[in-house]
Amino acid sequence: MRADMLPGVPDSVLIANRGEIARRVANTVRRLGIKAIAVYSEADAELPFVAESDEAVPIGPAQASLSYLNADAILGAAARTGARAIHPGYGFLAENADFAHRVIEAGLTWIGPSPRAIEQMGDKIRARNLMAEAGVPVAQGSAEPVRDAGDAVANARRIGYPVMIKAAAGGGGIGMTVAADDDQLKAGFETASSRASRFFGNPSILLERYITRARHVEIQILGLADGRVIALGERDCSAQRRHQKLAEETPSPGVGPELRERMFAAAVRAGQAVSYRGAGTVECLVDSQTGEFVFLEMNTRLQVEHPVTEMVTGIDLVEQQLLIADGADVSFHAESVEPKGHALELRVYAEDPVRFLPSPGAITQWQEPSGDGVRVDAGYAAGNVVTQHYDPLLAKLIVHGTDREQALSRAGEAAAAFVIAGPKTNLPFHLDLVRSAEFASGEYDTSVVTRLRP
Amino acid sequence: MTEIRAEMVANVWQVVAAEGDTVADGDTLVILESMKMEIPVLAEGPGTLARMAVGEGDVVQEGDLIAVIV
Repeated sequence: MRADMLPGVPDSVLIANRGEIARRVANTVRRLGIKAIAVYSEADAELPFVAESDEAVPIGPAQASLSYLNADAILGAAARTGARAIHPGYGFLAENADFAHRVIEAGLTWIGPSPRAIEQMGDKIRARNLMAEAGVPVAQGSAEPVRDAGDAVANARRIGYPVMIKAAAGGGGIGMTVAADDDQLKAGFETASSRASRFFGNPSILLERYITRARHVEIQILGLADGRVIALGERDCSAQRRHQKLAEETPSPGVGPELRERMFAAAVRAGQAVSYRGAGTVECLVDSQTGEFVFLEMNTRLQVEHPVTEMVTGIDLVEQQLLIADGADVSFHAESVEPKGHALELRVYAEDPVRFLPSPGAITQWQEPSGDGVRVDAGYAAGNVVTQHYDPLLAKLIVHGTDREQALSRAGEAAAAFVIAGPKTNLPFHLDLVRSAEFASGEYDTSVVTRLRP
Repeated sequence: MTEIRAEMVANVWQVVAAEGDTVADGDTLVILESMKMEIPVLAEGPGTLARMAVGEGDVVQEGDLIAVIV
């Protein structure tokens, strides 16, 4: 469908992000006949997302706080270009309720949930309490911010060790630490609190019971314009390093039909509890021993790993975001989504494949794999420079197969065929992962990467 | 004498040790930041910190000198 056939859909969208996600959002925007406006920092002027946009506006220096996090600069760019809507991608300002509010105040369409829903889910303590009220299972944890190390110990003794120390305003795995006893907790609390201040501008900490062997399973939801909330499937994101995802797949090999049904129902309740509109993700942990799940957090935006859901459902999630933001119906029959086959995503990072340390640098060679069921969402090309200013995600390699075995075998072939020279990448690690007995068996948990790279 | 050099392009986030300090093997000298990750730079053996070649806010390139331990 095209914008001129849908009078409500805006004729231009400013994409307030960079790299692969800015490019991926622009692809859908342009396919729908809508003008895609890019904004970029000085460090990103040569990247594909800038070159491929219909119009591109420089918004400041490399440092994110002066460019991609600079709400004034982005709203200024929107005003100058006559943009009618803003898509925030993920990260940066995507879950900033004040920014969403300012976009709406400026008379633009905000392609995301209401600022209130962002706020309700943004504070993890508040979100936990809200979910418990809505009948969504939560782990044993603190219902109020932990005040100091002494308060942390009192809480942990009530909850039971081991506990996870988390930033209430956090995300992306930053500042999360596990503590097995009082001493570890006291040390971990101070570190977590100072990191939370630095990265999120809020030192608030919560504690939650740590599940030793667990899978990270999340549910993609869509809040429709008519108020319904639907679940579109789960993604297993248990392959992580430093609490950050490396690979994701759907369906989860650890979730059976009965558990899936209960998780979908809980995710829908979570969305309903905040009158959710648009694409969102309810993240849960599934205890490998008991098979029970608990709510972890809700991400009120498009998720990095959304393509695996697109590959099995055939639904373009960015297109649905645009339609819903405009009050229109989604492009598919909400009651009859039948996922087909199996999809896997490998995050290609600029980091060494052994210690996972950052490896910025100039890209001298870049050759993407292709073939049946292979999709690459890339942020870079040959000749680009990967700088130290942003996260290390270079590209996402996504594969689809009729079953898990075929998806894994295609993933291995595609990862082996992906040529990137210049920065070190974790592609050799991905080959080890998809060919490991543990990952291939499907019976893995959040420690799988540590076992492969002790 | 041990020269400690940067393993990658990074911003110097925190300078932890000062010239003249006695350091033990594995002590944190500097904390770098690259690609949203904190990377502690550690003393590779005991000694005295003879030189701190970077300051907070500096950008280091791969191979740049960070500190000298004697």
